[in-house]
Amino acid sequence: MNIILQTENLTKLFSTVLAVDSLSFGLEQGTITALLGGNGAGKTTTLSMLLGLIEPSSGSINLFGQDFIKNRYSVLGRMNFSSPYVDLPQRLTVRENLTVYAKLYGVKNVRERIALVSEEFRLSELLDRRVRKLSSGQKTRVSLAKAMINRPDFLLLDEPTASLDPDTTAWIRDFLMKYRDEQGATILFASHDMREVELLCDEVLLMRRGKLVEKGSPEALLRKHDRDNLEQVFLDVSRDGGSS
Amino acid sequence: MNIGSSFGRITALILRYLYLLRSSWPRIIEIAYWPTMQMVIWGFVSQHFSSSSPELTAGGILISVVLVWDCLFRSHISYTLSFLEELWSRNLGNLFVSPLRPNELIAALASISMMRTLIGMLPAALLAIPFFNVSVFDMGLPLLGFFLNLVLTGWAISQFVTGILIRYGLGAESLTWVLPFLIAPFSCIYYPLSTLPQWMQSVAVFVPTTYVFEGMRALLIDGIFRADLMLQAVALNFAFLAFGLFAFFISFQAARRHGLLLQSGE
Repeated sequence: MNIILQTENLTKLFSTVLAVDSLSFGLEQGTITALLGGNGAGKTTTLSMLLGLIEPSSGSINLFGQDFIKNRYSVLGRMNFSSPYVDLPQRLTVRENLTVYAKLYGVKNVRERIALVSEEFRLSELLDRRVRKLSSGQKTRVSLAKAMINRPDFLLLDEPTASLDPDTTAWIRDFLMKYRDEQGATILFASHDMREVELLCDEVLLMRRGKLVEKGSPEALLRKHDRDNLEQVFLDVSRDGGSS
Repeated sequence: MNIGSSFGRITALILRYLYLLRSSWPRIIEIAYWPTMQMVIWGFVSQHFSSSSPELTAGGILISVVLVWDCLFRSHISYTLSFLEELWSRNLGNLFVSPLRPNELIAALASISMMRTLIGMLPAALLAIPFFNVSVFDMGLPLLGFFLNLVLTGWAISQFVTGILIRYGLGAESLTWVLPFLIAPFSCIYYPLSTLPQWMQSVAVFVPTTYVFEGMRALLIDGIFRADLMLQAVALNFAFLAFGLFAFFISFQAARRHGLLLQSGE
């Protein structure tokens, strides 16, 4: 078992609001983990702290054996991120965006890499189109292609299949599982799509009011709550506060 | 920090701004349009004054100071507008989850600012020669010193403004246009320092641009290069830059503490 991420008592206080409260969890290499919780549960703040966008108030983040809070630049090149709520420059073409991010991440053989990810994400026909001219589903695919441009060892995704049609959603799901299996990559994603979580995840972290209230595999959580699906578990935990 | 990797990230960001520039020909024209229009208007004003008050226009001083002052404004606007592009396109989150460091962002913004300033100012400076028989290039090497000093002042203001933008978001966008003009009256662009009332002189001596324009007048009117004025401008510019950088990094840290980097642009 190789733990690549370990947080200890990770806490974020925004003036008087405790957004994340003493969060401690670890992620194993080569696993897909879902971060679940209702609105305001602290998912985005947690992801932002793990990306270095928000400075924690206290606690620690150990990533790839490094103290991420003190030394984030040494590991950011091994990570990437995609969110439908963070845009890529709209006036640039898909190819230009991917070129800029490939160079920012120090990717070698930029052209070959762009050709590969654009094929993987069915973007080859769209490479010379400006991002603002794309549909929201196409933009999500471009954002995912950008997230894969450096072949990250640790991938953080915020609602990765938002605005995608069922066929593309299924394709992305398969892609992420294949990527995990072939690259041994670790994936952490926030989602509200419980069916996606059940199909994709090895483990689930459930947050409520900034605290981690449940942790386990989807099957284990279903058994523990005696429920048929994760949506029912989510509702139980969101309303009652979970078991821990 | 690996210098090669750092250089790669800076050039990646410069490429991003060049792509942006390339994507719109009106933007490219606009860069040279305003300085040229300024030059034309002030050229005619200068011609008008040359008959009634020749001391005001001696040595092409009026057109020269207008052109050189515009270097400050253009360098500041080019720097800040490039940064604003990241806020308008809500791209700051993507940039700061990459290995890009804030000092590399600053280096890229300064580089693109220098390119845009040169693209904007060179046509205006060259057109002033056939239009009004005024060549700023006659100043020789000191012109480079005046130019670099004003660009540095522009960047110092930009660093302060981008710090405010990163901390307070697009609500503070108007500062981009307003702030350079705050130092304009103290800079003694069109008049000598002695013209100002005493209290304004006390402020003006702490503004680097004051020494640039005093130096230009000494060169163009009296034919004397004042190295002391140039050095004072450089020293004050370093102080301005240090303050600008301090403001930017303090604001960046505050933005990280308050979780503003993902929300910027909204």
